[in-house]
Amino acid sequence: MTPNRRSSPVADVDPEGRAELGTSGSEDATASRRPIVADRQSQASGATAPKSGLSVKLEGLRAFYGKAEQVKGVDLDFNANEVTAIIGPSGCGKSTMIRCINRMHEEIPGARAEGRVMLADTDVYDSAVDVVAVRRAIGMVFQKPNPFPTMSIFDNVAAGLRLTAKRGELQQKVERALRGAGLWDEVSDRLSEPGAGLSGGQQQRLCIARSLAVDPEVILMDEPCSALDPIATLKIEELIEELKQRVTIVIVTHNMQQAARVADRTAFMLDGQLVEVGPTQDIFTKPSDSRTEEYVTGKFG
Amino acid sequence: MSAPASSELLGRLAVSPARRRRDRFARGTILGATILALIPLVLIVYYLLKKGLGSWSSDFFTTDPTGNTFFKNSSIGGIKSAILGTIEIVALASAIAIPIGIGVAIWLVEYGRDSRFAHTVRFFVDVLTGVPSIVFGLFVYIVLVVGTGSTYAGYKGSIALSLLMLPVVIRSSEVILMLVPAGLRESALALGSPRWRVIFKIVLPTALPGMVTGVLLAVARAAGETAPLLFTAASTHKTTSDLGAFMNSLPVQIYSDVTSPTESVVNRAWGAALTLVVLILLLNLIARLVSRRSRLV
Repeated sequence: MTPNRRSSPVADVDPEGRAELGTSGSEDATASRRPIVADRQSQASGATAPKSGLSVKLEGLRAFYGKAEQVKGVDLDFNANEVTAIIGPSGCGKSTMIRCINRMHEEIPGARAEGRVMLADTDVYDSAVDVVAVRRAIGMVFQKPNPFPTMSIFDNVAAGLRLTAKRGELQQKVERALRGAGLWDEVSDRLSEPGAGLSGGQQQRLCIARSLAVDPEVILMDEPCSALDPIATLKIEELIEELKQRVTIVIVTHNMQQAARVADRTAFMLDGQLVEVGPTQDIFTKPSDSRTEEYVTGKFG
Repeated sequence: MSAPASSELLGRLAVSPARRRRDRFARGTILGATILALIPLVLIVYYLLKKGLGSWSSDFFTTDPTGNTFFKNSSIGGIKSAILGTIEIVALASAIAIPIGIGVAIWLVEYGRDSRFAHTVRFFVDVLTGVPSIVFGLFVYIVLVVGTGSTYAGYKGSIALSLLMLPVVIRSSEVILMLVPAGLRESALALGSPRWRVIFKIVLPTALPGMVTGVLLAVARAAGETAPLLFTAASTHKTTSDLGAFMNSLPVQIYSDVTSPTESVVNRAWGAALTLVVLILLLNLIARLVSRRSRLV
């Protein structure tokens, strides 16, 4: 398995991508985060889509629930402004792994993680790093749409913004986030209505807007469409395609067609370990590991 | 569709007479239990209204008890000092117990969780729930009345009541806070909100209506308690707003009136009891309206 991972063509390409990113001026991600964000916002109005997501690199990531090891040493790169899908049977550690990336894993009592998660060139587990800042840089969309029940549509999107945005900016930023999530046209005339009153697909796009509002560099999606019907799913998938202009996306999915439709690269996990990662096309048509082939052809899982 | 076939099927699907009898018996038993439980409730309300309304008058609410319970022709007075005393004592007790109790509940749910200390706290809170109310009175009597070498005071009654309220507030708030879906906390945390903000902006507003109910239960229980007040706030006739002085209260007034041999004084106890129930009902109503208005959905 280790040879497989190492021999993956992508693993060789990636350090170059990272090196390129490193020169774009993020020597110390914690210190330079604000400038990066400001830079991106000024570009956002431009015609060309700015490259503004950050790469994520897992180095020997292990995750535990109490004594049980759920993620058993994963090395994996997520390239900036790409969509990376993570597939694998239930319980193989996909969700646990991405929850380690924005340090949500540690919110579960008894859970802990080892290894490094590099956001560009900064380890998010570094003792100097503020976990709150990490989560602002790395947003998350959950399986079940979960808008805040006591809040209106507007307040849902503004929830994360209210920490930093000036009062005057709020309106504009909420609108931008809702437009970004493809929801503006549907809700612009009822922003003060409860977010829980929307349909499931709209609620999930509201949750995406909520994550987008705080201008993250990375968005983690944990089976974002599993509670949605095919039409709502299609909308989210189109949205993902657009969003990767702005952010790096990691998506956990049980739906292999979905991985094939949206992902630039796909990683296959089994029993807490990474089996194989590569361009989506390759994973589905000429996987190098027999277990990957068995999984993507439906022989197990 | 032949007749014998269909009747055969009906025979297989039909409810058997024994099954029908058992069903009727079970339903009857449950309905009977419900009615049995309602009887005392209805009777309490009936007697309260019948006996209590008779002694209600404008003087009843606006004059203090005179302390005259023997001479037929002189007035026995109303229960003004008892109403105001109860409101003051319970308000202070609530001001002490509710913030502390909710604070403890938040700590237990959001921070302590499964830690050993949290389990210890839960255990002692449960023990506290089972402590008879007179013990709280005794405790405050020993510590604050005898212990300080001073005498009874309204605030000492408040402290005894707040001790009584505390476990109820903690436990009911904790249960409600735990009902707030973990996904809401997670998605708020994942937005990069600090934990205190998640608690104040997401968890507490979501839990508010339920918490109001639990807190009211504690307030209502405290307002009706006699034992903790008997030897902490004592009883007096005069109205006072000084929580450092002896203070009258409705339960203590009822207690002393009911033991009187004079009929008019016993009737005053009924009037006071009705007043207490109406006060608690009003409080309930107001709190519900407030919490409903603050809810968006």
